[in-house]
Amino acid sequence: MQTYAPLYAEAALLTLRIGSCGILLSAAVGIFCSGVLYYRVPVLKGIVSAYVELSRNTPLLVQLFFLYFGLPKIGIRLSAEMCGVIGLTFLGGSYMTEAFRSSLEAVEKIQYESAMSLGMNNVQVFRYVIFPQALATAVPSVVANIVFLLKETSVFSGIALADLMYVAKDLIGLYYQTGEALLMLVIAYLVMLLPVSLLGSVLERRLRYAGFGN
Amino acid sequence: MQDLGISILFRGSNFVRLLGGLWVTIRISLLAAGLSVPLGILFGLFLNIRNPAAKVIGRIYLDFIRIMPQLVLLFIVFFGATRAFGWNLSNEFSAVLVFTLWGTAEMGDLVRGALISIPKHQYESAQALGLDTLQTYRYIIIPQTLRRLIPLTINLVTRMIKTTSLVVLIGIVEMMKVGQQIIDANRFEYPTAALWIYGVIFLLYFFTCWPISRFAKWLERKWN
Amino acid sequence: MEQTILEIRDLVKKYEDETILNGLNLQIRRGEVVVVLGPSGCGKSTLLRCMNALESIQGGQISLEGETVEKSSKNITMIRQKIGMVFQSYELFPHKTILENITLAPVHVQKRSLSDVEEEALALLKRVGLSGKENAYPRQLSGGQKQRAAIVRALCMHPEIMLFDEVTAALDPEMVREVLDVILELANEGMTMVIVTHEMQFARAVADRVLFIEGGQIVEESDPESFFTNPSTQRAKAFLQTFEFHKEQKKDS
Repeated sequence: MQTYAPLYAEAALLTLRIGSCGILLSAAVGIFCSGVLYYRVPVLKGIVSAYVELSRNTPLLVQLFFLYFGLPKIGIRLSAEMCGVIGLTFLGGSYMTEAFRSSLEAVEKIQYESAMSLGMNNVQVFRYVIFPQALATAVPSVVANIVFLLKETSVFSGIALADLMYVAKDLIGLYYQTGEALLMLVIAYLVMLLPVSLLGSVLERRLRYAGFGN
Repeated sequence: MQDLGISILFRGSNFVRLLGGLWVTIRISLLAAGLSVPLGILFGLFLNIRNPAAKVIGRIYLDFIRIMPQLVLLFIVFFGATRAFGWNLSNEFSAVLVFTLWGTAEMGDLVRGALISIPKHQYESAQALGLDTLQTYRYIIIPQTLRRLIPLTINLVTRMIKTTSLVVLIGIVEMMKVGQQIIDANRFEYPTAALWIYGVIFLLYFFTCWPISRFAKWLERKWN
Repeated sequence: MEQTILEIRDLVKKYEDETILNGLNLQIRRGEVVVVLGPSGCGKSTLLRCMNALESIQGGQISLEGETVEKSSKNITMIRQKIGMVFQSYELFPHKTILENITLAPVHVQKRSLSDVEEEALALLKRVGLSGKENAYPRQLSGGQKQRAAIVRALCMHPEIMLFDEVTAALDPEMVREVLDVILELANEGMTMVIVTHEMQFARAVADRVLFIEGGQIVEESDPESFFTNPSTQRAKAFLQTFEFHKEQKKDS
């Protein structure tokens, strides 16, 4: 088992690398899109809604295949890693948007009015008053999304990225080390995902304790 | 060049074959979902009983199934079961088994959550009016639980359909595989096939899942 | 020198099909304290919210120092700086300390220096009796303290006019006095104010002019003494009576 551990470690790092890029970009997309939906910006609102529906109703694998195998046919050639990041961001952005949007709507309208009555404009109100409050309630959903997106990275082997599944499959197929391969696979994912999951529970409890009530 | 590319979809029985692949996906999802719902309800009730051992076992099962990527579970069952038990599971059987296990866990958690969310004084006020336990459940508790559960269950089914796309990676001939076959077979005549085929598959998934999720939202709105 | 600071002409406000304010006219002079009274649902809060362009209007015009106050106008944020508003539910920002609550808008909207604003904020907090609370969070303060902080927050923007929307209605009785004292002091310093309240004795003490609104119209308008001792309209009389209790003789069997 020791001989294969480095392979797994390297694969795990790749997964984390692509995963964290995708997650950060997804969060950025989510913040922007949730703002668009909250303020009902004309035109953009329709585009964002369409994007969210499209992205939430299609599997990541299909998106990746389209990016990796389909786009080269019209001259856009992206590396497998780029496809992974873009695909993950496309999928994750809509989930983050949903998480932030529902928290934004949970902030009472009169907070918004009180900030407006001090003379702040929409962007200032969003940035200093509404979004910080929404963030607290969004944490559980955001963490759930992070875990979800990290799990989704398991399909990267489909576009020939040397991630954990790829390594495991190799070991099973080439070396017939099924038992060890699967065991290490499970351990690798537990090591990656359990801490995030636990961190999420801790954060959620601490923020609730901090009590953001009036 | 564009015309030449997209017409691959209309050539021969290509599109029908893609739909056949879609049917394989849906078949697996519906079978797994159909099994998951009743098993999930039982599991949900199981999670709520007062036995601490039951709670622990239940939680471990639930957390493991939910934290592991479905593909890992597929690998464990498809590759691992053969080795561990000497079974020779077909890939489709493995897929249905894994998705049923996953669906049961998710459904069980939903049921547990729905039962807990009914406030205690609903039970109490029903009893104060003179209803017995059976009547309380029948007229007060279960209707409310169903209203919370059904949209979430439909949402679970949609997720299952999307996740079933993974089974191509354990060799099942579903939509993606059919697409690959079409692309390979027509590599010289239709060099841009990949773009159109995967694009269509993308849309097919969308038009399968989207109406279902709209329906769930409509139900949710109607009942709130 | 009595110049008009806020002018409202033929104000019409509808909510869906219901007309809440129906052709209201009002002029407020600089330094004047106007108290708005009336039964629930008569439109008093709506009137205040229209003055601050928190509501869109369906007719008429509101102008502050000659500039039109309208929700969709481009310089509404500039106009809102001149109008201070205090809400019934305080609406302090829960995720910021009291000091941060007060300095947020002056720094980011009026681009003043943080140290200057903090100095002013601390001085104002001292005046309203909240020294030492500047680093506390809203949840750690009582209702009366929160409301006084909310008043300071509005004052720090150096408004021309202050609007108070039933600011003591949600407070426990012991805390009502401390807030009303602050408002009285502001009145004595010459701040222009529009106050919606149910506290009749306070209204009588602080007002220069009393407005009685019912059904979206100003039914009676006079100085406080005349209004409270001898209201001229029947509806005003009826309204004031709802605040009086007479001991009734119990019926003997």
